[in-house]
Amino acid sequence: MEPSVMKVAVFVTCLNDTMFPGTGTAVVRLLRRLGVDVEFPAAQTCCGQMHVNTGYVAEAVPIVRTFVEAFAGYDAVVAPSGSCAASVRHQHRLVARRSGDPRLAREVATISPRVYELSEFLIDVLGVVDVGAYFPHRVTLHPTCHSRRMLGVGDKPEQLLRAVRGLTLVDLPEAHECCGFGGTFALKNPDVSVAMGSDKARHVRETGAEVLVAGDNSCLMHIGGLLTRERAGIRAMHLAEVLASTEPGA
Amino acid sequence: MSPATFLGMPPFPVAAREALANSQQRGNLRNATRTIRAKRAGVVGEVDDWEQLRRAGAAIKDEVLGNLDGYLEQLEASLTLAGATVHWARDAAEANRVVIDIARRHHVDEVVKVKSMVTGEIELNAALEAAGISAWETDLAELIVQLGDDLPSHILVPAIHRNRSEVREIFLREMGKNGIPADVDLTDDPADLAGAARRHLREKFLRAKMAVSGANFAVADTGTLVVVESEGNGRMCLTLPEVLVSVVGIEKIVPTWTDLEVFLQLLPRSSTGERMNPYTSTWSGVTPGDGPHEVHVVLLDNGRTSVLADEVGRQALRCIRCSACLNVCPVYERTGGRAYGSVYPGPIGAILTPMLRGIGTDEATDSLPYASSLCGACFEACPVLIDIPEVLVHLREKVVDAHRGRMPGTVATTMTGASWLLTNGHRLAALQMLAGVSRRIFWRRGRIGRMPPPLSRWTDARDAPAPPRESFRAWWARTDGGRGARRADDDGRDER
Repeated sequence: MEPSVMKVAVFVTCLNDTMFPGTGTAVVRLLRRLGVDVEFPAAQTCCGQMHVNTGYVAEAVPIVRTFVEAFAGYDAVVAPSGSCAASVRHQHRLVARRSGDPRLAREVATISPRVYELSEFLIDVLGVVDVGAYFPHRVTLHPTCHSRRMLGVGDKPEQLLRAVRGLTLVDLPEAHECCGFGGTFALKNPDVSVAMGSDKARHVRETGAEVLVAGDNSCLMHIGGLLTRERAGIRAMHLAEVLASTEPGA
Repeated sequence: MSPATFLGMPPFPVAAREALANSQQRGNLRNATRTIRAKRAGVVGEVDDWEQLRRAGAAIKDEVLGNLDGYLEQLEASLTLAGATVHWARDAAEANRVVIDIARRHHVDEVVKVKSMVTGEIELNAALEAAGISAWETDLAELIVQLGDDLPSHILVPAIHRNRSEVREIFLREMGKNGIPADVDLTDDPADLAGAARRHLREKFLRAKMAVSGANFAVADTGTLVVVESEGNGRMCLTLPEVLVSVVGIEKIVPTWTDLEVFLQLLPRSSTGERMNPYTSTWSGVTPGDGPHEVHVVLLDNGRTSVLADEVGRQALRCIRCSACLNVCPVYERTGGRAYGSVYPGPIGAILTPMLRGIGTDEATDSLPYASSLCGACFEACPVLIDIPEVLVHLREKVVDAHRGRMPGTVATTMTGASWLLTNGHRLAALQMLAGVSRRIFWRRGRIGRMPPPLSRWTDARDAPAPPRESFRAWWARTDGGRGARRADDDGRDER
């Protein structure tokens, strides 16, 4: 289907909606610039991953129900989060099974495969690598675990960043190691979470980058929170915000 | 000396906090896991059909697990035909009783042991000790753990948390109390340490009348047991003593001798990072004039059939104890194995231990499925495709369900409240509005510093972002998704 006639919704995610609205607005600006008239179904809330991954699967059932109702009828749903997209694609059917409701299972089976993480949507659906962005900064990328291991986005975020004018991408040492956020893991095992995060933050500092970029604000909230606590002077920024940036006046 | 035990260990977060403070152990683990990760990556990368091998390994194990009753009877028949005596043990106590009875019948007061996870699981050494029988570990790392009155912290390298100068101190202090002492001028040179262990152990190999082993594989059609090892101590134990008792978990079966082809490629590359392990011993019952005169096999359940009954969890029984998941796990690398309170540490332990022990019985066991950030590195490395994150999440569901009906704690109350909020866009919008107002009152600098408990769990070491003035949905409603933006800054550029 031609992107211009696709009915596309943004699943902004509860975390971005509540805490990082700038990521959501960046997705909207970026997709409009690429000719996609993205919609925001206001009935949407959350993917339910926090509940599922903490063991509260019964409590995730109404959340998943809300999700499928909000996004019914869209050809594609774009999420600026690898973790939330992975939860929809891999966990919603488990939640539907727990509900014992075959209708919910059918709806999940229809909608889940249409949910894309941002870099997947740009490269696989729109076929765009150069999104016309301009970002004259030294940047390092943290490839998030769920986008890489559950979605298999591979080096898509990196490809997108390499096509940004003015941007210098520096390799992050031990890039593929988890940052230690892990959802409620960060609270249930705060000591281990921080031990992992401080190693990640150290590697970020070693790169000499001004900006740490990732496709998930959850990981960035954790690593960024460590970086600002130690006054590292490194900004954490979502991939969407970098890709939405343009030359002044452009 | 009575062996150390995992009994009564604290829940994972508490044990982990203590382990994280041990800088010596942190350094030892960082070096050791990094080295073994690089070795594994090298030898796995050179096998073109690695993914096919993984799928084959998983398929063979699934075939066995799906038809375990038939394969067990076949194994019993072929073992018996080859001259071995088969014993069945429902649990640790029954298995330990069988081993002790055999030892008593032969009037032995000591046994030499091949490194074995399952005898650790059933705490055989402690049971033998209580029966007045000394159990000598002969694997170098197990010897270090035993002499140090320590607990194992890794499946393959149980003394991974020790470095060579610590090993030297243990040898100097303890070897003399248990047999041939180490030379007083022992250095921490690895070859020197291995030499001391060799002299200490050789006396025991030559004297022992009975050996106890586990098995990496049990071949159903030929009645063959297989032990894969690196040091040759296993070969000594399996061939020198007159009596050999092997305790074997019922999931260790492979259908045919040919199936070993798959696992003898998967196991060494995944565990030690070698193309082939130095010693592979196989034996089928008794061969007159060659090796032990009496061969016993104890087939052990000890919770395995209940794991098998769990549709999602049963894949854990594919495990071939290679420890690849430990070596790639960022949690394990920092906490070490003893924090997991079980002979099975790391990601595989976090799923296997709770399933073998049963969920909902004690806090320490219930904490294990949460001892992971769900990063998925374990699944990526597993040679038999155990989706450990999937099982972890499944077990978390079981932990929560086991506690339903009890007084809800902070987490349960929060989760119920969050579910109510997140089921409806209007409720979420109301929460966001409150957050926006709180920002105007409390947070003027954009970031939140230290907060009281339970928020301190986040803010002790990390800043938290202050809530924005306006949520995304409020911005969308106000500006019609940016289409009605009147000012340039109204197109939602972040204030971060």
